[in-house]
Amino acid sequence: MALPGTDARHHTLVVLVENKAGVLARVSGLFARRGFNIFSLAVAPTEDERFSRITVVVDVESAPLEQITKQLYKLVNVVKISELDPRDSVERELMLVTLRADITARSQVIELVNLFEGRVVDVGHDELTVSLDGEPDRLDDVEGLLRPFGIVELQRTGRVALPKLERTAPSLRSMRRTA
Amino acid sequence: MPIDGGRALIKALEMEGVEVMFGLPGGAILPVYDPIIDSPIRHILVRHEQGAGHMAEGFAHATGRPGVCMVTSGPAATNVVTPLCDAYMDSVPMVCITGQVPFAAIGTDAFQECDTVGITRSVTKHNELITQAQDIPLMVRQAFHLATTGRPGPVLLDVPKDIVDPRNPRSQMEWYWPSDEEVAASLPGYKPTTKGHPKMIRQAAELILSARRPVVYAGGGILKARAAETLRELAELCDIHVVTTLMARGAFPDDHPLALGMPGMHGNYTAVTSMQQSDLLIALGSRFDDRVTGKVDGFAPDAKIIHVDVDPAELGKVRRPDVPIVGDCRLVIEELVVAVRDLLEGGAAFPDRSAWKQTISGWQERFPLTYQQSEPGEALKPQFVLERLRDATPDDTIVASGVGQHQMWTSQYWKFNHPYTWVNSGGLGTMGFSVPAAIGAKVGRPDRMVWAVDGDGCFQMTAQELVTATSERIPIKVAILNNAYLGMVRQWQEMFYDERYSEVYLSPDLPDYKLWAEAMGCVGMRVESPDEVDAAIQKANEIDDRPVVIDFRTDSREKVYPMVPAGLSNDQIVTDPSQGEGGH
Repeated sequence: MALPGTDARHHTLVVLVENKAGVLARVSGLFARRGFNIFSLAVAPTEDERFSRITVVVDVESAPLEQITKQLYKLVNVVKISELDPRDSVERELMLVTLRADITARSQVIELVNLFEGRVVDVGHDELTVSLDGEPDRLDDVEGLLRPFGIVELQRTGRVALPKLERTAPSLRSMRRTA
Repeated sequence: MPIDGGRALIKALEMEGVEVMFGLPGGAILPVYDPIIDSPIRHILVRHEQGAGHMAEGFAHATGRPGVCMVTSGPAATNVVTPLCDAYMDSVPMVCITGQVPFAAIGTDAFQECDTVGITRSVTKHNELITQAQDIPLMVRQAFHLATTGRPGPVLLDVPKDIVDPRNPRSQMEWYWPSDEEVAASLPGYKPTTKGHPKMIRQAAELILSARRPVVYAGGGILKARAAETLRELAELCDIHVVTTLMARGAFPDDHPLALGMPGMHGNYTAVTSMQQSDLLIALGSRFDDRVTGKVDGFAPDAKIIHVDVDPAELGKVRRPDVPIVGDCRLVIEELVVAVRDLLEGGAAFPDRSAWKQTISGWQERFPLTYQQSEPGEALKPQFVLERLRDATPDDTIVASGVGQHQMWTSQYWKFNHPYTWVNSGGLGTMGFSVPAAIGAKVGRPDRMVWAVDGDGCFQMTAQELVTATSERIPIKVAILNNAYLGMVRQWQEMFYDERYSEVYLSPDLPDYKLWAEAMGCVGMRVESPDEVDAAIQKANEIDDRPVVIDFRTDSREKVYPMVPAGLSNDQIVTDPSQGEGGH
């Protein structure tokens, strides 16, 4: 499978919506009704309690991105939509994974998890649950490396994203553009 | 001022200028019906909630003002789903109020409970479940604002019983009336663009000035934007022919020398072919519907596209425009007229289009709409009935139709010379639309003669609303083109299913339409031969104190031509058999 974000088929939309009952149903219902595929979706309130932010990764082969965006804008509760290019945004995702880790494999698993700055969050008789966060591509890598130990259960949150910040001082930006 | 939610709801409707509403009461909406007794709003009691919805639509089509309907919860709410979807597809401004079980009972499968907001989410421009009485005035104002601005559409408010029942403490509230600013601030995600982008308008004007074979492709958005006058100004200034889609009939007068009539699957040959061969299509408030374009890949292959629409999602949805303009049709066309004038004053001139105009008039002469008149003793032709009806009624008569063959013939054979005289279900294609829609139109325009042209199949779906019409003294007239079949389905079975007629026969006299009409308090008539047609129409036109129904027994073998078979390019248009193979 192609990695999301690295493939032109997938695009990340950040949709600012009013924080009201039923808004998520409106957004997901629109996707279903218009035949657009959702790859992943994460939703939570923002710093302003009137709004929530939905980060949705869409499969653009199912419909042109422009049409998805325009149809979303028609929802009265949708306030703003930004399309985030993976190169110009910061993306993170959280993964919880329960692995087979009996006494012989346990230290190897922990070593690998530490290497990826994950944490063991639960320990069972011959299983471990670990928590990892990071860029979605990196979680794909970890997932691949953990698989040989035996994945019992795995849950990813879907990505959240914000645009990268401007590093140049505002007074210098126009100079850079004209240069 | 303390008030209860039910009274606040009716008062809010009065404040919005509502003069008439269509509905039917029931358990959950009972408390809102009580204050109607003391309200100046006229309430029209329907016989089925679907009728209330279509009446609200007919009212809106004829007046341009939002239609209002109110019904109870559960089955009543599901009965208005069809009109809501119809209004959504055809961008009809409408506000629908549904009762709901008390707030605390929602989700318990209470009596007559259904998830109205969930069910209607995808068939409304917006909908809301009102959760507290204090929100009622603001939400009513939002509903009317949303229904009537931008791309118009239906808005539904779902009202739990406890917040409108004066015996329940949850209904108590302080009356207030939000300002325009407060309404706008309460809808942070809703900012429709109305004014076109000046650069795009300039580009459009330049394209118009260089085109040799331009055609204006006018859609229903012209009527919604009240842009008929402006459209005429543009067409005359640029000397460009205009096609009017099914939703735009009346937006440009059919008796105008530049009028080409209806394009599309059953459009006339010249309208269809001029679009196919044009080098510039000026799409104004139209949406490249599949019934207009035929096979999209083969549609107007050489045409550049200027596309004006208030809904940005329509631009590029089907065909990528060369010049997209988001905005209100009237404002954009006004600006286009100015831009074209500026270019002309600056020395620009239109290219020589005489060859194109000759081509068009050649098609018009060679392929007019036509049908074979019946020989004496043969069955009545539906087209003949329509021609006689058209000629015997005032020029500004409002015509409503159902869906099927009779709808296409009406659109083809009527001469629409005034905007807002054609009421029909285009996008959804709702059989049974015409009788209730005609009632709504007549309520909105009591000064006009209103005819419903219906099929026998359609009539049987909503005919009971003639009881409403009789009891409310709404004297509409109904012409049933009774061919004893689901005629359009029959036509497809004849042409594309080897004449295997599956489940389309309805019988000409079961029910007996004359007796049925009389049972509903109407004057009923039956017409079987061409020489009875005029007298029946004249008699119907003279009756103004009750509805009239004429059962015209028409030829069941008659088909609608021209026709572009589904899935084919518009170049493969099939004309009336008497006109041979067409122009290719």
